[in-house]
Amino acid sequence: MYTTDLSGKDKKKPEALVAEDPALLAAFEARVASDNFVEPKDWMPEAYRRTLVRQISQHAHSEIVGMLPEGNWITRAPNLRRKAILLAKVQDEGGHGLYLYSAAETLGTSREEMIEALHSGKAKYSTIFNYPTLTWADIGAIGWLVDGAAIMNQVPLQRTSYGPYARAMVRICKEESFHQRQGYELTMALAAGTREQRRMAQDALNRWWWPSLMMFGPPDDKSPNTEQSIRWRIKRETNDELRQKFVDVTVPQAEAIGLKVPDKALKWNEARSHYDFGEIDWEEFYAVVKGEGQVAKERMVARVKAWEDGSWVREAARAHAQKRAAAKFAAE
Amino acid sequence: MKDWALWEVFVRAKGGLSHRHAGSVHAADAKMALEHARDAYTRRMEGVSLWVVPSAQIVASDPADSGPLFEPAEDKIYRHPTFYSIPDHIKHI
Repeated sequence: MYTTDLSGKDKKKPEALVAEDPALLAAFEARVASDNFVEPKDWMPEAYRRTLVRQISQHAHSEIVGMLPEGNWITRAPNLRRKAILLAKVQDEGGHGLYLYSAAETLGTSREEMIEALHSGKAKYSTIFNYPTLTWADIGAIGWLVDGAAIMNQVPLQRTSYGPYARAMVRICKEESFHQRQGYELTMALAAGTREQRRMAQDALNRWWWPSLMMFGPPDDKSPNTEQSIRWRIKRETNDELRQKFVDVTVPQAEAIGLKVPDKALKWNEARSHYDFGEIDWEEFYAVVKGEGQVAKERMVARVKAWEDGSWVREAARAHAQKRAAAKFAAE
Repeated sequence: MKDWALWEVFVRAKGGLSHRHAGSVHAADAKMALEHARDAYTRRMEGVSLWVVPSAQIVASDPADSGPLFEPAEDKIYRHPTFYSIPDHIKHI
């Protein structure tokens, strides 16, 4: 599962709490503040509902679009073991998308509306999938770094205040660990291979490192909804906190297999007990959010084509079910 | 085109346990709902049995009624064994 917080993109100010009943709002705030879960039929502020629909559906879209760059490599996996692994991983991503769409549907938005929003370009998905997968080593880098960053984001979301989202995240987290480990193992194999294989592994790390750091979303001071989302326990940790954690755990993993993180400013800071790292190119990030990623158009064309090519199946299944139901009714 | 109907999925993790709500799927009919539930919720031996129920068929209590429904049980502490004090020398009770 993948998520990028894009909430800072279109809004200058946090969403206003307008026209809510103050007593209901106070009771709601107290409830989430004491770490109680909110369930689908409970009263909730409209801004809470909207924020969740946006975050969960964006997350679901990312899972679905995330199948494309990896699916691209299934037929070219170097052996049967890797092929079976990659197939299982891509199937998991589809499953994660479905858990999340279901969670978002409990907030009163339909699957159809969400898919329409994705296909029309109205809804966003993680910027990471608008980068191309050029070599087999990219499949390793995606599992290791992209899924690794996703896990950092997801683990705290298992305690997010909205019950169906939290439960979906528990299932997803259980499955995600396999994704990251298979990616690291793949990268490890290349790093221990021929010179050309090592070069491929390093090249993949070079290209995926910065986009992976961007997956945590804009810096905290440019993420106006963060404060409210944290107060409502929708988010449990800020973008910058999670990004730092990711850097801290990932750098030693790269070093252990002889790869070099492409950041000249990267340095262990003894006083902070964290790595210091270089400036992220946020202009690139916002450009990719706006759909200027290298393969953004290709992704949406592939996604819409898959949906349209499948429409006859959906229609036939519905017609078949109606025919069967009618026959059963007539027989009774 | 409109979405297929929504179905709630219940999974029995292993013999001896009840079916437990796992999530939901969209499907055109019951057979497809079972197939989708299998693919979405049991990819790692999470279950030995599945139930699917049309979501529209589930009747749920209203959270607004949770006070009248569940609070009366709060002051009936005599329904719990710890309500009764029995001298320590009395055994097996």
